[in-house]
Amino acid sequence: MSDAITLPAPHVRLGSSSGQPVTRRDGHLKVTGAATYAADNHPAGMLYAVIAVSTIARGRVTSLDVEAAKAHPGVVEVITPANRPPLSLDPDEKVGLFGFRIDALQNDRVRYARQPIALVVAETLEAATEGARLLSPTYEVEPARVTFEDGEAYDPPAVGVGAPPNFAKGDIAAGHAAATHRVDTTYETPAQYHNAMEPHAMVAEWNGDHLTIDTPNQAIVMSRALFAGYFGIPPENVLLRSPFLGGGFGSKAIMNGPYILAILAARMMQRPVKMVLPRDQMFGPVGHRGATQQHLRLGMDAEGHLTALEHNAVATTSTFDDFIEPAANASHNLYASPAISTRHGGVRVDIGTPGPMRAPGEASGSAALECAIDEAALACGIDPLEFRLRNYSETDPASGKPFSAKALRECYAEGAKAFGWAGRPLSPRQMKDVQGRLVGWGMGSAMFPCPMFPATARATLRSDGTALVETAGADMGQGAWTALAQIAADGLGLDVERIEFRSGTSDLPDGGVAGGSGHTASAGTALHNAGTDAIARLAEIATADRKSPLFGAGNAGVEARDGRLYHRGDETRSESYADILARSGNASVEGNGTGARDPKDAEERAMFSHGAVFAEVKVDPDLGQVMVTRLVGAFAAGRIINPKLARSQLYGGMIWGVSFALHEEAVHDRRSGRIMNADLAGYHIPVHADIPDMQALLIHEDDPYVNVLGVKGVGEIGVTGTVGAIANAIWHATGVRVRRFPITLDKLILDPGMPA
Amino acid sequence: MTLSVTLSVNGVRRDVTLEDPRVTLLDLLRERLDLVGTKKGCDRGQCGACTVLVDGRRINSCLALAASYDGADIVTIEGLAKGDLLDPVQAAFIAHDGFQCGFCTPGQIMSAVGLINEGEAGDDPDRVREGMSGNLCRCGAHAGIVEAVLDAQKQLQQRRVA
Repeated sequence: MSDAITLPAPHVRLGSSSGQPVTRRDGHLKVTGAATYAADNHPAGMLYAVIAVSTIARGRVTSLDVEAAKAHPGVVEVITPANRPPLSLDPDEKVGLFGFRIDALQNDRVRYARQPIALVVAETLEAATEGARLLSPTYEVEPARVTFEDGEAYDPPAVGVGAPPNFAKGDIAAGHAAATHRVDTTYETPAQYHNAMEPHAMVAEWNGDHLTIDTPNQAIVMSRALFAGYFGIPPENVLLRSPFLGGGFGSKAIMNGPYILAILAARMMQRPVKMVLPRDQMFGPVGHRGATQQHLRLGMDAEGHLTALEHNAVATTSTFDDFIEPAANASHNLYASPAISTRHGGVRVDIGTPGPMRAPGEASGSAALECAIDEAALACGIDPLEFRLRNYSETDPASGKPFSAKALRECYAEGAKAFGWAGRPLSPRQMKDVQGRLVGWGMGSAMFPCPMFPATARATLRSDGTALVETAGADMGQGAWTALAQIAADGLGLDVERIEFRSGTSDLPDGGVAGGSGHTASAGTALHNAGTDAIARLAEIATADRKSPLFGAGNAGVEARDGRLYHRGDETRSESYADILARSGNASVEGNGTGARDPKDAEERAMFSHGAVFAEVKVDPDLGQVMVTRLVGAFAAGRIINPKLARSQLYGGMIWGVSFALHEEAVHDRRSGRIMNADLAGYHIPVHADIPDMQALLIHEDDPYVNVLGVKGVGEIGVTGTVGAIANAIWHATGVRVRRFPITLDKLILDPGMPA
Repeated sequence: MTLSVTLSVNGVRRDVTLEDPRVTLLDLLRERLDLVGTKKGCDRGQCGACTVLVDGRRINSCLALAASYDGADIVTIEGLAKGDLLDPVQAAFIAHDGFQCGFCTPGQIMSAVGLINEGEAGDDPDRVREGMSGNLCRCGAHAGIVEAVLDAQKQLQQRRVA
């Protein structure tokens, strides 16, 4: 296994912490039950709120039995559109970059099943739950439209978060015409729901016009302003606390109606209110991954080089908002082709608005692209790995820019070696195990961009030789509390044990967004820069002080290490931070930093993490049951701050790939528009027995351009590549190409091509 | 309608007056006894986040009515460590990075303790995977969890021999 720790770029000081497999600093809290999640809070005098949701997908609420609900012992208030106090922002307005229209009882319209239609507040959870049931709504029902066929097609002005819907490079028609081999194929992916293990939760408490909210949030400072906006108070009047998130995956980066209603209830009642969504309400007002239909047309010359890559995706969205899964963009930056064309369409359906979900666009798009590439390799009679190498792009196919770093070739080589890819038969149905199960091997390329979000941090060196570092980051399981503290320690030249790391609340410097696999890069760079700023200030004090052994060295003439400043030219001259501060009379020295990329590098280079995933599956020829029996991923993602946590992240992504390929699907009833499997028994995610032995290799990659730390991201890339690898392995085992995800046993055994 | 129930929770006798017979064991622990380490992930017995030990056996506390557990001996995640000394299962979860967000972790750990108590953990990873399959993890920490359970089982076995 390739565990080697990447050496940093020459301009980065190598600290003692980064690169070490430091054990999770919050581990003890998490194994003892002492880590507090939002719903664990219980302020004195707290009431419980339960949302009542619509059982229809489209129409109008004509009546609610508020009297019956209120008559139930313990129920203190029922909020409906009839008595809902005004909000300072219109729920149908989109506010900010990640703005979404929400349902906060603004009227009696129903736009999707499980839309909030009332809120019941009670002294106990049991009373609030029963009160919500007693509302017995009646409706004026309109026909639901939940499929691609029933929905209303339109041309979206943008896809994902503000990306252009269409892209073209080269002459796609000429590319198709020049081809000697062609693939024309369509893949479908279903609606998927984030289903973090922690349901969305809100504990809200007002004190005059000050609001304190305990709620899991991936973008703490940005969300604070949005919450404040709905209630017409300045952002600094809101304290948002989110020390631990029980998973987020994108769904806790965006606003939702239930949160606003819970806060509103707390203001109406002048008492703290707790609201936790029941699991079935996670299938409606809190986002999901929209379904896609993806049509790919690939042309290849006689040697198997792409001459045309055309990827057209249609995605579902709600009737009232515009998030379109940017699936076709997965074809922009991976394979070399003289002509690339991608287009997106939208279909409006009566479903809650989709949003970003772990690898938004990349997951669905890579699933289809990697399968189509497998089909293309077959059409050319070339091994899938060899085909990918023949179409390896040395520069970004979309922009022509050089990559900041790209070690994909090494990922292919190391992954293939660890998996034992060599000697794989080209044709399907060539391998069986001793039990007679069909065995197949498949692969996929993985790729994910390296965004950075605006982030700030503060570092304070204290006279006792310790430091306080602060940024409002979010740890939803990535290990941010550990990895960010490691980065901060190195920026300050201190051991990580001497760092007090404060994060997760909105009164700290903005830590940016825990999303887009960019949190470590963004908040980490800010922390690093805050540390070097604090050290520079300390150096100013020391080098100007005649009593210091560093006097006269000049700012740039000292180096920070192990809690001491050293003279660069003379290692015997050094002084501890504590001594410098003590003599100066300062109790502490503070530094500030922002996390941003050099704009010149950002303009000139294409920046991505890369990887290769190899899968083995075994398929029961009679039952069609699929087991993934081996999964090997090799990933190059710049400098790895903590290999232990990075590997866990990559495993997590790969398991999401297993889930996408074989398990997840929200099933809509076409007549009622309701999701029929809105629970964790019917909406399948992998259990332990579904997950095989896995390997995630960390491939050495120096990236001197991506940011000062050389850090990319590892949170989402594991999903990409893995879905295709598994689907391709199933084809290799059975000869059956399933083009509608998830690949379930019915689709295999009902296929006439399935070998008996 | 009020009901009186006496339970032992983590070795402490708790006399509870329930004002409502619908209160589940999970909600009793979380909302009335301030033992919030046990988590509610689905409230339907489908995810295992609420797993606790009742008389040594693992159950989904969300499917248990508190009123029917009069006299029961309950152990939650808060009652597993002896002071600062972690249970071997807890320590193994840290060592093997058997969690990410941590929300399913109390349930995973209580389920692992139950599995080992049942004598069903063994040293075969597939057996552990099967026995732990009632506990969902969404982050994808499965590899570390299985390693942790196997490691803890081994340590406990060695301890018994010694």
